[in-house]
Amino acid sequence: MLSLVTFLPLAGVLAIIIAARNNAHTARYIALIVSLATFVLSLRLLIDFDTSTAAFQFLEESAWLPAFGITYRMGVDGISLPFVLLTTFLTPLCILASWESIQKMVKEYMIAFLALESFVIGVFCALDFILFYILWEAMLIPMFLLIGVWGGPNRVYAALKFFLYTLAGSVLMLIAIIVLKNVGGTFSIPDLMNVPLDFTLQVWLFLGFFVSFAVKVPMWPFHTWLPDAHVEAPTGGSVILAGVLLKMGAYGFLRFSIPMLPDASRYFVPMIFGLSLVAIVYTALVALMQKDLKKLIAYSSVSHMGFVTIGLFSFNQQGLEGGILQMVNHGIVAGGLFLLVGVIYDRMHTREIAKFGGIVNVMPVYAVIFMLFTMAAVGLPGTNGFVGEFLILLGGFLANKGVAVVATTGLVLGAAYMLWLYKKVFFGIIQSEEVQALKDMNRRELAIFAPLIILIFWIGFYPGPFLEIMHASVEQLLKQSDTIKAGTAAIAMY
Amino acid sequence: MSRELLIIVAPLIGSMIAGLFGRYIGKVMARNVTILGMTVSAVLAIVVFFEIAVGDAPEIRQEVFSWIVAGDFKVHFGILIDRITATMLIVVSGISTLIHIYSIGYMEEDPHQPRFFSYLSFFTFAMLMLVTGDNFLQLFFGWEGVGLASYLLIGFWYQKESACNAAMKAFLVNRVGDFGFALGIFAIYMIFGTLDYAEVFQMAGTAQYPKTIDFIIFGASDTITVITLLLFIGAMGKSAQFILHTWLPDAMEGPTPVSALIHAATMVTAGVFMVCRTSPLFELSEFALTVVTVVGATTALFAATVGLVQNDIKRVIAYSTCSQLGYMFFAAGVSAYSAAIFHLMTHAFFKALLFLSAGAVIHAMHHEQDMRKMGGLWKKIPITYAVMMIGTLALTGFPYLAGFFSKDAILEAAYASHTTVGTMAWVMGMTAAVLTSFYSFRLIFMTFHGKPRDQHAYDHAKEAPWSMRFPLLVLTVGAIFAGMLGAPMVHDGWFKEAIILAPGHDAMANAHHVALWVKWLPFGAFLIGLLLAWVLYVKVTTLPKIMAETYLGIYKFLLNAWYFDKLYDKLFVRPAKAIGHGFWQTGDVTIIDGYGVNGIAATCGRIAQWFKGIQTGYVYHYAFAMIIGLLVLVTVYS
Repeated sequence: MLSLVTFLPLAGVLAIIIAARNNAHTARYIALIVSLATFVLSLRLLIDFDTSTAAFQFLEESAWLPAFGITYRMGVDGISLPFVLLTTFLTPLCILASWESIQKMVKEYMIAFLALESFVIGVFCALDFILFYILWEAMLIPMFLLIGVWGGPNRVYAALKFFLYTLAGSVLMLIAIIVLKNVGGTFSIPDLMNVPLDFTLQVWLFLGFFVSFAVKVPMWPFHTWLPDAHVEAPTGGSVILAGVLLKMGAYGFLRFSIPMLPDASRYFVPMIFGLSLVAIVYTALVALMQKDLKKLIAYSSVSHMGFVTIGLFSFNQQGLEGGILQMVNHGIVAGGLFLLVGVIYDRMHTREIAKFGGIVNVMPVYAVIFMLFTMAAVGLPGTNGFVGEFLILLGGFLANKGVAVVATTGLVLGAAYMLWLYKKVFFGIIQSEEVQALKDMNRRELAIFAPLIILIFWIGFYPGPFLEIMHASVEQLLKQSDTIKAGTAAIAMY
Repeated sequence: MSRELLIIVAPLIGSMIAGLFGRYIGKVMARNVTILGMTVSAVLAIVVFFEIAVGDAPEIRQEVFSWIVAGDFKVHFGILIDRITATMLIVVSGISTLIHIYSIGYMEEDPHQPRFFSYLSFFTFAMLMLVTGDNFLQLFFGWEGVGLASYLLIGFWYQKESACNAAMKAFLVNRVGDFGFALGIFAIYMIFGTLDYAEVFQMAGTAQYPKTIDFIIFGASDTITVITLLLFIGAMGKSAQFILHTWLPDAMEGPTPVSALIHAATMVTAGVFMVCRTSPLFELSEFALTVVTVVGATTALFAATVGLVQNDIKRVIAYSTCSQLGYMFFAAGVSAYSAAIFHLMTHAFFKALLFLSAGAVIHAMHHEQDMRKMGGLWKKIPITYAVMMIGTLALTGFPYLAGFFSKDAILEAAYASHTTVGTMAWVMGMTAAVLTSFYSFRLIFMTFHGKPRDQHAYDHAKEAPWSMRFPLLVLTVGAIFAGMLGAPMVHDGWFKEAIILAPGHDAMANAHHVALWVKWLPFGAFLIGLLLAWVLYVKVTTLPKIMAETYLGIYKFLLNAWYFDKLYDKLFVRPAKAIGHGFWQTGDVTIIDGYGVNGIAATCGRIAQWFKGIQTGYVYHYAFAMIIGLLVLVTVYS
């Protein structure tokens, strides 16, 4: 079942290669249908998912390279399932958003997108380290192409920066994985969670993983690839980048660092909190000064992910569940904001904030939807952003009051840049003929936003079902991180 | 759906219909739908009020649905209606309905009416959520909801740059307050493990909580003091108290009905409501109460001084609101919560009346708000003049009108508290009462008396339509009788369990027994203010100009509201921008990307260049290198 969800998009790639030949429209439809089918299949996972247990479910195992102890092993738990669903949910929307804006090499674009979806789902399902690593790296290739081929004017620089940044981080992760295998004797992720590790080793392994994950999140100061990548990437690429790819880093912390290296994770809490706070305040201030729509939202992403990392490392149920939920929320809201920027970019071919102004006069529906996402981004109660942010800050407060106090200033700064953006783009009188000629959103565009809006309110008012998926797994995670496996004495040393 | 739930939801339904389908059903239908929703809400609110506040029905508690559950953290949406809430329901639903009706006339020519009525009803929904909540998170929900509505309505005329800026300012300054509020909620959860009012108050009352809490740089601090002060920061933001008051005068950029409803009668009183609602906590911290008193008294006086010299008719009333809110806070600070709620209620009537009649003046003057261009209007708009005069008399404390009862109750309680801050608050409040009377009559004299200063506008001035006059008359009745009818509120125990007083906090009880001169001193203040205003603006009309020129420094200081806006711009806005720019250009571009990312890339490039240099392709170079290498190896291992 899991493999089916994971590899259905790859089958779609084949279908496009065979069937579409040079017909762009066929390629679009195949991609859309396949990604929708993947989403429907993934809903099946959700329905069959047993929320009462923390164990990995839908397990699949078969020997792959037995000589090296490498197994094809897949499974999901309450931590990975939300991300799988987020991926399958956002991909069809991205394909719809690329319907008209991508006109060159449509077939190749759709192929890259489906391949990307497949790899990303695989990353979240993989329970074997080598499988995980291969997918983690493989995913870079389609993303690199999406930015480098279909991106903006400075796309090559951005794509290279993105690729090398992430690759540099991954190398250290590979070393950490090999060391883990040597100590634990297996590549199996669930098994490694039960291997006791010496504290010093934990510290080194943590640092090895840390760089890789911190680049992906991205945490300050590893974030500078993100604004460039976002600005240059096509709309669909930006959405998947903000919505899903950024979550992989935080997922790494959740899946490996915290359960496998609990002592080191706790040891590094001050560092993580410090960097997260810098991210929240620093990037919010930087966002305040941006002149490019996408760059502003990109920086706001870094700021929001700062909240997430605080939640994850607060080591309590509220913080962790808030962190995971906020990642889903961020996928919906930042994804939605990038889609919204795409809408206006398709019409005016600029993202410079100063070029807009008074758009509410000509595109009222668009303005309302943008306002909704703005409010979700600033965490207004009733939207999903509030539930996540609130739980994170509550968890943060329980863990460390000072951190929560500084992080809460993010609420003010976040409102400042988002409202400033909104005012500049939408309010005022129309300055240019280009704006005067704008047409409001069409039906295809509205169809993209409808599901996102439903989720914003659903999670905002009734987050219960979403939180319930994670309850058991998060409890289990907390237990794992509480068991001091080894090296208690070593902590005293430091 | 229960009756109580319908009170809250009816405005929301109206708002949704008007907002989503306004363009299809047309403006008349849109506003009728919202008014229908409001009427349902108001009628039910009155029924509930009579049952609970007039009759003796027990408080209502309902759980609507579970909201957030994460670990031990559980919060639901619920309804709690006791006598505080019942009073607030009347104020919110009642005045909101009147203002919806008023807006029919006032917004007649506006092309965006469905949007306006939708926002207005949405605001009412959020405000009702705020007052009916039975836990802190729902309070916060309503709190932020009214903030959003306020933002949308201040910026309703989005074509105006000034309106957009004012809207943003309101939202951001309120967010600063919410920053404290949110932290307060976290602290409450940390200490009590729940956010439910009843449970928190029960535990606080029986002292089941750790006495001290380590709070960042302050070290071990009294738990309740930390919690209440954090909550109070939120109240200061929403109720525009000194330091966080700067957004309220600017909020007058919104349409006048909005100013009346949100920025006078209801939303800005949310802070007062919050302090009274959490009286079981505030009562446990003398220090927090002192802070509330000082901030309240300072605001009462400060805003009144600024109100003295403003020329925009709405700004005068805005500063007046700010000042009156200060009164409510210092009442709460001296543990006279019932007087605070009482004044909140009467103030809602006469201040809404003042704003709406100012709106009628502005309407008559074709959107002119500068009082220097008015004058002599009483002949042209006598009804407006009459109701505004009654509103003014109610505000300034003319005997037996609304303000006379409530403001006096506050001043007497402050006097009777027999504490240093209480007495100080009394002195400041009394001074502010003189100023209140002065600026209120200055407004009346400048607007309605003397000679017309803009003959053209004067000639075209005419009385407002009936849709506007009807709410004015209803509110006038309120401004006259609300004090008399509401007077029992300040008697012992009228609010039952809703307000809990610590032993010894009996300022309110003592207030009924103060000396006669204390009771009549506010009337003296009223007379002095009236006399001064009469001398300056009726008798010797050249005098204000001469005084302003003689004391130019003071005049400018007051006119610019003590230069708070300039100060904040220098202190926060500019530095934030400069730092943001610095982080971006120096931090990201120069250091991280310049030295870090691109620096590493460039270094790799240089190293590669260097290695490239070695690959010369000449056999003798390689041979030479091999020989050297061999020699080194032999030397090392021999």
